[in-house]
Amino acid sequence: MKNISLRERYKNSKLLTKYGAQFSSFVALVILCIILAFMTSRFLRGENIMTVLLQSSINSILALGMTFIILTGNIDLSIGSIVALAAAVPGYLMVNNGLSPVLAILMALVLGTVCGLINGLIITKLNISAFIVTLGAMNVWRGLALQLTNGSTSYEFPNLIKVLGQGYIGPVPVPLVITIIVYVLASILLSKTPFGLSTYAIGGNESASKLSGIKVNRIKIELFCINGFLCGLAGLVLAGRLNSTMGVMATGYELDAIAAVAIGGTSMLGGEGNAWGSLIGALLMGIIRNGLNLMSVTPYMQTVAVGVIIIFAVAIDAIRSKRR
Amino acid sequence: MLDSETIQDEYVLEMRHIRKEFPGVLALKDVDFTLKKGEVHALLGENGAGKSTLIKIITGAYKSDGGEVKLYGESLKIDDPITAQNYGISAVYQEFNLIPYLDAAQNIYLRKQPLVGKKLKFIDKKTMYENSERMLKELGININVKIPVRNLSVAYQQMVEIAKALVWNSKIIIFDEPTAVITEEESEKLFKVIRTLKEKGVAIIYISHRLEELNLIGDRATILRDGEHIDTFDIEKDNVDIDAIIRKMVGRDLVEKFPKVKVPVGEEILSVEHLTGDRFKDISFQLHRGEILGITGLVGAGRTEIVKAIFGDGRIISGDIFFNGKKVKIKDPTDAIKLGISLVPEDRKNEGLVQILSIENNIILANQRRFLKGALFSNSKIKKACNDMVGKMRIVTSGLDKQVKFLSGGNQQKVVLAKWLTAYSQVVIFDEPTRGIDVGAKVEVYNLMNQLVENGVGIIMISSELPEVLGMSDRIIVLYEGKMTAELMTNEADQDRILKFATGGGIVK
Repeated sequence: MKNISLRERYKNSKLLTKYGAQFSSFVALVILCIILAFMTSRFLRGENIMTVLLQSSINSILALGMTFIILTGNIDLSIGSIVALAAAVPGYLMVNNGLSPVLAILMALVLGTVCGLINGLIITKLNISAFIVTLGAMNVWRGLALQLTNGSTSYEFPNLIKVLGQGYIGPVPVPLVITIIVYVLASILLSKTPFGLSTYAIGGNESASKLSGIKVNRIKIELFCINGFLCGLAGLVLAGRLNSTMGVMATGYELDAIAAVAIGGTSMLGGEGNAWGSLIGALLMGIIRNGLNLMSVTPYMQTVAVGVIIIFAVAIDAIRSKRR
Repeated sequence: MLDSETIQDEYVLEMRHIRKEFPGVLALKDVDFTLKKGEVHALLGENGAGKSTLIKIITGAYKSDGGEVKLYGESLKIDDPITAQNYGISAVYQEFNLIPYLDAAQNIYLRKQPLVGKKLKFIDKKTMYENSERMLKELGININVKIPVRNLSVAYQQMVEIAKALVWNSKIIIFDEPTAVITEEESEKLFKVIRTLKEKGVAIIYISHRLEELNLIGDRATILRDGEHIDTFDIEKDNVDIDAIIRKMVGRDLVEKFPKVKVPVGEEILSVEHLTGDRFKDISFQLHRGEILGITGLVGAGRTEIVKAIFGDGRIISGDIFFNGKKVKIKDPTDAIKLGISLVPEDRKNEGLVQILSIENNIILANQRRFLKGALFSNSKIKKACNDMVGKMRIVTSGLDKQVKFLSGGNQQKVVLAKWLTAYSQVVIFDEPTRGIDVGAKVEVYNLMNQLVENGVGIIMISSELPEVLGMSDRIIVLYEGKMTAELMTNEADQDRILKFATGGGIVK
């Protein structure tokens, strides 16, 4: 009898119906942390926790941009390449041509945004699927990044750039501060503004959104711009962390970002999900890698583990929604 | 009883004390339903009465939480739709389950292709195409079975669905509002096919909101209301009149089917001059404040295309639109909404609502700025306006944050209307406003139109239902193949005259 009432309560809880998908991944995150804390004593140490957060910050920022795109039912496969283009070109100019770090930061953000703008314009104006356009763009941006840097590696950046990846504000690393700020802003944007509601509406039903007066194409283009901007930002953090940039950097990052979004419970069809889920997803991936590292599991098997987690997380969600 | 055995034998389907629960709702309680061989059994009830739930239990899409189902006199378990199909239960839904890029024969024989070959088996195309053609011919349909079904008309697609049911030797076929999507002429053809099926001994469950069809096609009828079984009767023998049926469906007296309120007609608000677009030509009309302008014509006459073009969602080749006397350019729906024009589309599911968004988000969608406080949404403003709307429109729901997809058709339509009321429009265009919603909700929609015109709004109402057009409009425009063939005051119009113009018969050359 008690069981039934508990189940009913679970089914009817408003918080759970709204954030159910995020809830499953959050529970998984907590369980994983407990297991890891038991298996290796080093896991729960403050410095290790900081390392995990630091390592997850770039994927977190990219997953946030990807969340915006996936919420409308689209995808962006070119973000790894945008990160490379937006970071490597100013990196090259700083080292070889003495570009000032302030202008380099500006350039990275503008470059990222422009790449997003071009993606968005082609997708909406020519009405081609985002999958195809960004698959092509992935090659274009990557090729440009390599060409413009002559395929070379640039290293030793001015302090301002290094601070972005390695600095601290009090006890908190700068990348973490950046991550938290963009997530808070994005979350407000998505849940509290017409822009956010329109994003969900487009993902849920594009023609109904259009007939409700929402400028569907404009919002899509703006979303791709936001995504590009965040790629530029992630590129700067990455450049600062590595203290070097090159045309082949951030290869395959788009897949990690998509995985984090999926683990975070955002529907690949669009219309359902939120920013915090993606943060949980990115952290989950970071913690798994970190934990397996501590347990001296080979990087090869780590890749296998991450793959299993992606499928597992989405499967849990599928089973959960089927029950309902 | 002595002859209980024989009575039970004649039922192909016997459902007793069926119960079905969803979280927070008892969808069916203690419902009995029986189906005899070779009968057409109409299933009646308002939206949300439990018809769909009952059907889904029969087809195995839902499991009942209690009660007994006997199929062909045996207690069989229908676990899923595939089992149901194997037992000879098929359903022809409003939205067809055809694969658009496959041809008619491939669709008909989906999952049951005839095979040839000994070890390695291939599809026996010759048999498949010949049989499909023969089967459709027996239904009185002559089509090329080798073209993709998406190129067939809706009525023909429906026939392909029926043929698909026949391949499975179906003993029970369920029709879910089959006439909602086809023309009157096509309906008559469909009735003929249904009668042929009856003669073959197929039992038919027939769902329709058009009660006048009962006498044409039905043998028995069962009425459901709020998940309960209200009555089952023999249509011919018991001679129940339609008003009595409606009373049982709604549970109260409906004073009037068309509660038209006459409002003094005000100044001109919208005027269209020589508008030509993709499927219409040289359309001119005026709309005044406080007026309901009915637009009717056969499906495909260009009705929807005209209003969509005015609303900025279609191409205008030439012609002008004047709003409040000023010439305006409307290039997308955003422009139209800014002017104060709204469109309640025909296709509620695909164009009216975002199904996975909540009720409140759907309501505020067309006028989001109204709910801002600074740059952010004000929750209290949203809650207040939406609660007002839900109360005023009598939307039945457990909460504002419920996803719209969980509401019944009538309630969904009310959410669409609430959205446009929230947008404060001066011109409201209704495209088939009462299609697929029940009698009770229909009257509520009409009353809402009355309220709008009383507030000085001008209404354009597109409808195929002539009683509705005659009952609610002040003026009527009739279209035929994209051209206006008549503009009539309602008091000088009747069904015959409208039909004559709608079929091109009234054109003076």
